[in-house]
Amino acid sequence: MKAENALLGTAGLAGFLVLCEAVPRLGIVSEDYFPPVTRIADALVTEFGDQAFWTALGDTLTGWGLGLVIAVTAGILAGVVISVVPFLRETTASTIEFLRPIPSVALIPLAVLLYGTELQSVLLLVVYASFWQVLIQTMYGVQDVDPVAMETARSYGLGTWARVRHVLWPTALPYVMTGVRLAAAVALILAVTAELVIGAPGLGRRIAVAQSSQAVPEMYALVVVTGVLGLLINVGARTVERRALAWHQSVRGEVAV
Amino acid sequence: MLDVRGLKKVYEGSGRRVEAVRDLTFTVDAGELVCLVGPSGCGKTTLLKCMSGLLTPTSGEVLLGGRPVTGPPPGMAFVFQEYGRSLFPWMRVRDNVELPLKQKKLTTSRRRELVADALESVGLSDAAGAYPWQLSGGMQQRVAIARALAYEPDVLLMDEPFAAVDAQTRADLEDLVRGLWQQRGITILFVTHDIDEAVYLGERVLILSASPTVVQEQLKVDLPTERDQLHTRVAPRFAELRTHVYEQIQAAKRGRPADLEDAKDMKADAPPGAP
Repeated sequence: MKAENALLGTAGLAGFLVLCEAVPRLGIVSEDYFPPVTRIADALVTEFGDQAFWTALGDTLTGWGLGLVIAVTAGILAGVVISVVPFLRETTASTIEFLRPIPSVALIPLAVLLYGTELQSVLLLVVYASFWQVLIQTMYGVQDVDPVAMETARSYGLGTWARVRHVLWPTALPYVMTGVRLAAAVALILAVTAELVIGAPGLGRRIAVAQSSQAVPEMYALVVVTGVLGLLINVGARTVERRALAWHQSVRGEVAV
Repeated sequence: MLDVRGLKKVYEGSGRRVEAVRDLTFTVDAGELVCLVGPSGCGKTTLLKCMSGLLTPTSGEVLLGGRPVTGPPPGMAFVFQEYGRSLFPWMRVRDNVELPLKQKKLTTSRRRELVADALESVGLSDAAGAYPWQLSGGMQQRVAIARALAYEPDVLLMDEPFAAVDAQTRADLEDLVRGLWQQRGITILFVTHDIDEAVYLGERVLILSASPTVVQEQLKVDLPTERDQLHTRVAPRFAELRTHVYEQIQAAKRGRPADLEDAKDMKADAPPGAP
């Protein structure tokens, strides 16, 4: 069944590529705006040979990774502290609900004002977008703690720190993992957007440059790279999730005893 | 060993005032196995939580070895009814048993020794590396008991520990508890709603009244120390004792002692609110 699915998936992808090759070749759409797959692949190979491409890729990954690390760390710490202290939970709830829906791209002018086209601009947008994902999930996770598990820990004399480490954190972990996976995807979107719009160094700026210099196949090749990047990030996040949550019902499934 | 004096617990919240426990006074001697039975909803769990320091009583006090209990005392272990929620699914059996010991400043080798010994006592040495959710319900409750044993408590509080397992497993676990009590000389307070279980296990049975709770009767179980499922449960004395406890509980539900029930003409002036 699994092999059959993989086969179907490959066939589907191959069919899609053939279609993308045929449509411009047959003149259905103009080759100027939609070059055939082979020409995009060609441009991709040329990109791989260009040192500047790798630098751009590195810049994008730096903005993405650094921003994600900051957002995840801050989101988890803030999420745990806010949920554990009832006073903080009550006082911050409405502020969070107000700040959270602000689209990160709306902060682009602010980022430019503050940091120009530096890496900090990218980081500001990436962190703002992904922080909420982690914060909200962490808060849900902490609230999901089983009172019986907590009472067990208390009855065996576990102190506050031990309870956070051994009961609260493992309970919240599945939620945190979901938050991190969502944040990782959002962070990539914002990193590329920032480069594209602000002109901070990275794949996004390279796409903008390719577009303005009429290098259409190169532009598509770079878009494909960002897509593959997103795919790899998702696969990576899911792998980490499965490893870390082997004990959790969502991963282990139902166990026949 | 364990002194409960004038214990009272009132829950207050949003305009509602619930008197869960009115006035409980009893003692459990060192090395005794005492069972607590009472009608459902009579505040058994509240009582145990006050005794274990998880809840603060409204008035009265609990003394463990002469010292008032203000928080969870180090010499006391608690076995919960909900084993599935009380064991941590993210830890293997071995780590679940070891976790409380890490708070006790013991050496690693001493901890390992205690864990191995406790798991062996409940017959689960082979399951040390498994996760709790890979085990059956009965085995999970054994793990919870092993965790309590490894903690080396003077007093073991058990809150309806076998209410959620099937009848055959339950019989095995009852024998396990009696065996452990005999081997280790721990003081055990065993809360149950099952009358047969209370009489079979206990050296003494405390019968609680309906809420607001007081001690209705204390009953010495004069069955031989060596008990087994086959013979003890069909012994005439067992039947007498369980009948007595049953009558007391029925009376407790109606809100007055059983000896008054015998006089039929007094039934007319049952207290208001009684069915």
